[in-house]
Amino acid sequence: MAWAVEAQGLTKRYGETVALDGVDLHVAAGRVVGLLGPNGAGKTTTVRILASLIRPDAGRAAVAGFDLAREPQRVREVIGLTGQYASVDEKLTGRENLLLVARLLGLPRRRARERAAQLLADFHLEAAADRAAKTYSGGMRRRLDLAVSLVGRPRILFLDEPTTGLDPRARRELWERVRALVAAGTTVLLTTQYLEEADALADEIAVMDGGRIIDSGTPEALKARVGGRSLVVTVREAEDLQRAAAEVAAVVGAEPTAEGQRLSARVPDPEALPAVLRRLDAAGIAVDDLALRGASLDDVFLSLTGRAAAREEAP
Amino acid sequence: MRALQQTLTLAWRSLVQVRHNPWELGDYSIQPILFLVLFLYVFGGAISGTPDDYLSYMLPGVIVMNLVFVTVYVGHGLNTDLTKGIFDRFRALPIPRWAPLAGRIVADLAKQSLCILLLLGVGYLLGFRPDSSILAVVAMVALLLLFALSASWIMVLVGVVARDPEHVQLFGFTALFPVTFVSNAFVPVATMPGWLQGVVQANPVSVLTDAVRGLLLGGPVAAPVLGSLAWAVALTALFAPLSVWALNRRLARG
Repeated sequence: MAWAVEAQGLTKRYGETVALDGVDLHVAAGRVVGLLGPNGAGKTTTVRILASLIRPDAGRAAVAGFDLAREPQRVREVIGLTGQYASVDEKLTGRENLLLVARLLGLPRRRARERAAQLLADFHLEAAADRAAKTYSGGMRRRLDLAVSLVGRPRILFLDEPTTGLDPRARRELWERVRALVAAGTTVLLTTQYLEEADALADEIAVMDGGRIIDSGTPEALKARVGGRSLVVTVREAEDLQRAAAEVAAVVGAEPTAEGQRLSARVPDPEALPAVLRRLDAAGIAVDDLALRGASLDDVFLSLTGRAAAREEAP
Repeated sequence: MRALQQTLTLAWRSLVQVRHNPWELGDYSIQPILFLVLFLYVFGGAISGTPDDYLSYMLPGVIVMNLVFVTVYVGHGLNTDLTKGIFDRFRALPIPRWAPLAGRIVADLAKQSLCILLLLGVGYLLGFRPDSSILAVVAMVALLLLFALSASWIMVLVGVVARDPEHVQLFGFTALFPVTFVSNAFVPVATMPGWLQGVVQANPVSVLTDAVRGLLLGGPVAAPVLGSLAWAVALTALFAPLSVWALNRRLARG
């Protein structure tokens, strides 16, 4: 298989701080791989090394088959990078930002103008095309940033927390753009703190923590590894919680965890659902909600790191 | 060829920025004219008897002062690129490592040329008449640009080291005000206390102002021109390697 990104033993330290502690990563061409982890896990450092911006202290990496240490200019010809902070020139208009990069990539004047116009249309930025980028909203700026990284039609795109700070609608719009790129054959390496984002976009997820990749696989495989499903019961009256917990425990064989009026417990098989329902009914406990849900990436993250992941509302 | 085109594209970008930023344009145009007119009519009578007599003395000084101030924008712009992430965008593109810096410097020299011509033009309107050949004026512009280039390296260093663009401006102007005023740019050195005269005569701003006076109005040329060239070489030799070293260090950290 042709690897779009291939990294072995990447190590990077800043003084006493170990940013990367031996990262191995393989991304197959045409796939979307999500690097998932909390702040400080080493996601951005990994992307900055792979985008040729910084050198690792140890380890080696190749992008599109070009060794990063020996042929960084070849790597730069095939990659696009969208950073954590939208790196557009705020003093230029959207169109000028696109023209600038098109000209730097060697497009003749007319072709550069055509490419800029096309990207402005693709990203719904035509109305704002001739306004300075500093007047753009957060979502528009990200779209421009992504458009600028696509000027050279990169085969491999690095997206470093592309939707951090965006409202849900702007986030979904950006996801649609990324999906369209992937459909057209672009390989994407994406970093995110949002489990929902990794789940929505990535074919494969590598979970990072403390400068290492602690697990990887498809979202489904990761969820399956955590095991089973969860039974979630919400009781109507708070005073019934203790009794309900005892009934649930009797069926699943383990004490459920409680949160407000909600109980949840890992269940081995779906048969548990009617069994719990019957027992609660017999005990005269009124229930507002009773559901079985598959493991979420939250569960994966919690079980791998022992910590809850960043929430959706994070900045 | 490709690298040259890329450098010019990056220079184009710095110049287009000014178009969308009228305040910066004002700093290059209105501010030096304001200094010229204010100093001329407020101090002119006291220093030279009449403003008309003062004009030929102070115009070279205003040109040099403005040149020194405009270098701050090199540091300011570079720091903005570094802190806002645009520098990373450029470094992830297949262009030469030095092109972003070179583009900024080329743009800066274009801005400097504009300022010099603007001040000469306004000076002409106010009654200034150079007493030299066109060749000497061309040589003066070349000398000024060369000096600006070398002085820019100081601001490149400041731009690399500073935390944010505001600090570049704060530090730049705080350091440059005394350097430009403790000189013979506006006031003849003979009127100052003895201990200050030595400092003023050694100041590169004085040396360059003398060179400009010589080339525009006649008078001694060789010594101040050679002195200015020596300063340009010294500043470049010290600050260019230091700036590049600091820049690489900052980039490796990121």
